[in-house]
Amino acid sequence: MSTINGEATKAYLSKKSVHTSLWRQSLRRLLKNKLAVFGFVVVAFMFAACFIGPLFSPYTDNKINMAFMNKPPSLKHWLGTDVLGRDVLTRVLQAGRISLTVGLASMVLSVFIGSLLGIIAGYYRGIVDQVIMRIADLLLTIPSLPLLFIFGALLSEWKVPTDYRMYIVMLMLSIVGWPGLARMVRGQMLSLREREFMQAAIVLGLRDRRKLFNHLLPNLVPLLIVIATLNIGGAILSESVLSYFGLGVMAPTPTWGNMIDAANNMIDFQEHPWLWIPPGFSIFATVIAINIFGDGLRDVLDPKQKR
Amino acid sequence: MNSILDIEHLRTHFKTDDGTVRAVDDVSFQVRQGEIVCIVGESGSGKSITAMSVMGLVEGPAGRVVGGNIRFDGEELLKLSRNELRTIRGNEIAMIFQEPMTSLNPVLKIGEQLMEPLIEHRKLNKKAARKRAIELINEVGISRAEQIADSYPHELSGGMLQRIMIAIAISCGPKLLIADEPTTALDVTIQAQILDMLRKFKEESNMSILLITHDLGVVAEMADYVVVMYAGKVVEEGEVVALFENPKHPYTQGLLKSKPIINQRQEELYSIPGQVPNPLELVPSCYFHERCAHCMEICKTTQPALKEVGNQQKVACWLYEEATANV
Amino acid sequence: MRTYISKRIMYMIIILFAASFLIFCLYALTPGDFITGNIKLTPERKEELREIYGLNKPVIERYVTWMNNAFHGDFGYSLSQQKPVLTLFNQYIWNSFLLAIVSTFLTWLVAVVVGVVAAYKQYSWFDTIVMVALFAAMSIPSFFIGLLLIKLLAVDLKWLPPGGMLTTGSNATGLAYVKEVIHHMILPVMVMTLLGVGSLTRYFRSNMIDVIKQDYIRTARAKGLKERKVLFTHALRNALLPAITLVGFELPALFGGSLIIEKIFNWPGIGQLYMQSFSLRDYPLLMGFTLFIAILTVVGTLVSDILYHVADPRVRL
Repeated sequence: MSTINGEATKAYLSKKSVHTSLWRQSLRRLLKNKLAVFGFVVVAFMFAACFIGPLFSPYTDNKINMAFMNKPPSLKHWLGTDVLGRDVLTRVLQAGRISLTVGLASMVLSVFIGSLLGIIAGYYRGIVDQVIMRIADLLLTIPSLPLLFIFGALLSEWKVPTDYRMYIVMLMLSIVGWPGLARMVRGQMLSLREREFMQAAIVLGLRDRRKLFNHLLPNLVPLLIVIATLNIGGAILSESVLSYFGLGVMAPTPTWGNMIDAANNMIDFQEHPWLWIPPGFSIFATVIAINIFGDGLRDVLDPKQKR
Repeated sequence: MNSILDIEHLRTHFKTDDGTVRAVDDVSFQVRQGEIVCIVGESGSGKSITAMSVMGLVEGPAGRVVGGNIRFDGEELLKLSRNELRTIRGNEIAMIFQEPMTSLNPVLKIGEQLMEPLIEHRKLNKKAARKRAIELINEVGISRAEQIADSYPHELSGGMLQRIMIAIAISCGPKLLIADEPTTALDVTIQAQILDMLRKFKEESNMSILLITHDLGVVAEMADYVVVMYAGKVVEEGEVVALFENPKHPYTQGLLKSKPIINQRQEELYSIPGQVPNPLELVPSCYFHERCAHCMEICKTTQPALKEVGNQQKVACWLYEEATANV
Repeated sequence: MRTYISKRIMYMIIILFAASFLIFCLYALTPGDFITGNIKLTPERKEELREIYGLNKPVIERYVTWMNNAFHGDFGYSLSQQKPVLTLFNQYIWNSFLLAIVSTFLTWLVAVVVGVVAAYKQYSWFDTIVMVALFAAMSIPSFFIGLLLIKLLAVDLKWLPPGGMLTTGSNATGLAYVKEVIHHMILPVMVMTLLGVGSLTRYFRSNMIDVIKQDYIRTARAKGLKERKVLFTHALRNALLPAITLVGFELPALFGGSLIIEKIFNWPGIGQLYMQSFSLRDYPLLMGFTLFIAILTVVGTLVSDILYHVADPRVRL
């Protein structure tokens, strides 16, 4: 079978690449995956467009211009104007800033909480593990959408200023996001513990912290990178749902989700599709690019967990 | 004796990210009717790929037979359509594998797996197939056949599963049985039983066996004719007695030397120095030259051809070329 | 096996209790309720109503009452609809089930067929296109694709009705009724299938890719079986096995997702009911729904576990 040659080749390659680092090798393999590279380019483009793009727009002041209400796309306004005469393209890019920031920040937060708790649970086991995992189980039992809705409603009832809502939405998403992550990281920890090199570390009598930081964590990093990447996409999607239903970030702060809210108005929905289709496609393009890139990353960094 | 399997200049390549691996590189040999031919070699020598090429089961799209002929019973296998080849597989050419524990489908009952080729090739109905399946289980020396037919593979031991594999292989009365390391994964006592059984069926039905192994003990026990492979090429072949008594190629000599011999305890068991060359970096040369004690200049630049050197023995080595050339 | 199951059931009950308490607290925490929000009532009347519904009692006491009633099959009384929660559930849930069952069936059908073929032709053009399409299906926001399809197929092309389960004012019966419902179902089912098909197909594909590499597939081919038989009898059975565990997770996820789909398509199901009651802060209904999905989740996990043990002969105890 082909594995025979595979083994020989692999043995040979590993011999050759002792000095070229493992990361470099991964990067080289990633660059070979054209689809993943394409995904990365699209993500990079979205970020660049949203954070730098508005600087080149003559309409950033969002001045209300009654003369240009609900105009369809034209040379002057590439994606038309909204009910207040604002340029839709500029608003989509400005909304992208918020959506991408929320996605990125809530990913960082939930990966941080999830991996920290997962590592603690998987490493120390016993009662700590029990407590953490039971809380995770509990949170996983309650459906996330109603949970997010309740949080959203709370925000509205407490009259949280719209400027701050963005930060609280990040927090909400990470509260919902961490249990699944913690469970995955814990599982990985448990299987790593059983591996030979870890037993070697125990035999050598290494101290706890040393074992954890020098031997376990480096093996977790590839998995975490993959999860983190894919998580940004999930967070952007969740934010858009919440904001669409008026429970996430609210106007006047634009996000892709609450811009699609325009579709809730029968006339805008039917007659002014340029108001809600561009933000929708922005979400779609960003998330699909992140997913494709994340999947390519997984193939390179974590080939065992293919799904 | 007429040959049942005739392989000529077979070449099977694998495309990998780093280049093409010539897993089987210009291999020719014959298997005659009623004969047991052993292919010997280290892992990676291409012996299994040779067998898979005969079966038409080289894993595409990376792997492909790129040249040569495989004539089976007078018919050119490489020219057959997939469907025609399929009707020969499991019917006239059968195969058993190294790992009996993983070679049977874990979610299907033993009986079902035995019945499949009978239904496919012998066109038996379910009832007749089951009856024949139970007979076959008995023939490979397993009692309580009915009960075994209704068990799942994980309920049986490795030795029993290999017997089942043999039963599946012989179920349609093949003319050629390919056995790829059939005993490697088994206990020593079971190994002997399995080999005896293969020989018994061979004798009863006059089928031929192509036995792939790295174990010279098995070769000595079973083979009529031996083919030694190294890095995708045949380096030596010959009648088993001649080859064991008078190995010509330094590699064959090394293989025989590294086999422990009872009553001759050496200080240190011989092992061939060096490693199998990287299949991606082969340049025209004798692929064994880096490990060879008799390496000459010509070995590093030109490949020796397989030449007859006496009583039905062939070798590909410059040592013998030179001798004949200098005469 | 039996001790394992009873252990799991014990744990399940404990988790459910904890979940119900958490759910109750969350809704109790939310300021404002149906009575506060109703401007037609005088302050005195509001106090009276609070007294009647027990809303002025401490949270723990209210929880105990709620759970106690729940055990007797009484999940409270919807304040906005003036009907028992259970009656309302019974009225709406079947419509949700209809969508859930049909789209689950379609999702699995598509996922199995496409997954098997894509795995068999791994790295081919077909496979690449399928993979990109699956990523697309996984990456599109459900509400947006819903809106887009309504705009395209219902508003612009007028092929399909934009929402609801029946045409407004329709009183069709018999076969005409069935036809009308099916006509209205097409869009929501399409979207639900699209949303589910991505991850499931990818799952099948990677399972199949693993399975196809196994030794027993090589054996099946060496036996000279037809490729169709090798794929669908030998490989698919092994690839389906771990997928069975997904059945248990599917249903709660579908009902969770129904919130969005039913709202967008105005489908008279339980998710739509939830969204209506949410803006009215009709807590008994909201709590009932959330608890319902929590129960589905826990039971689903248990069912998955048991199914896996039943289906795989290797782990049968």
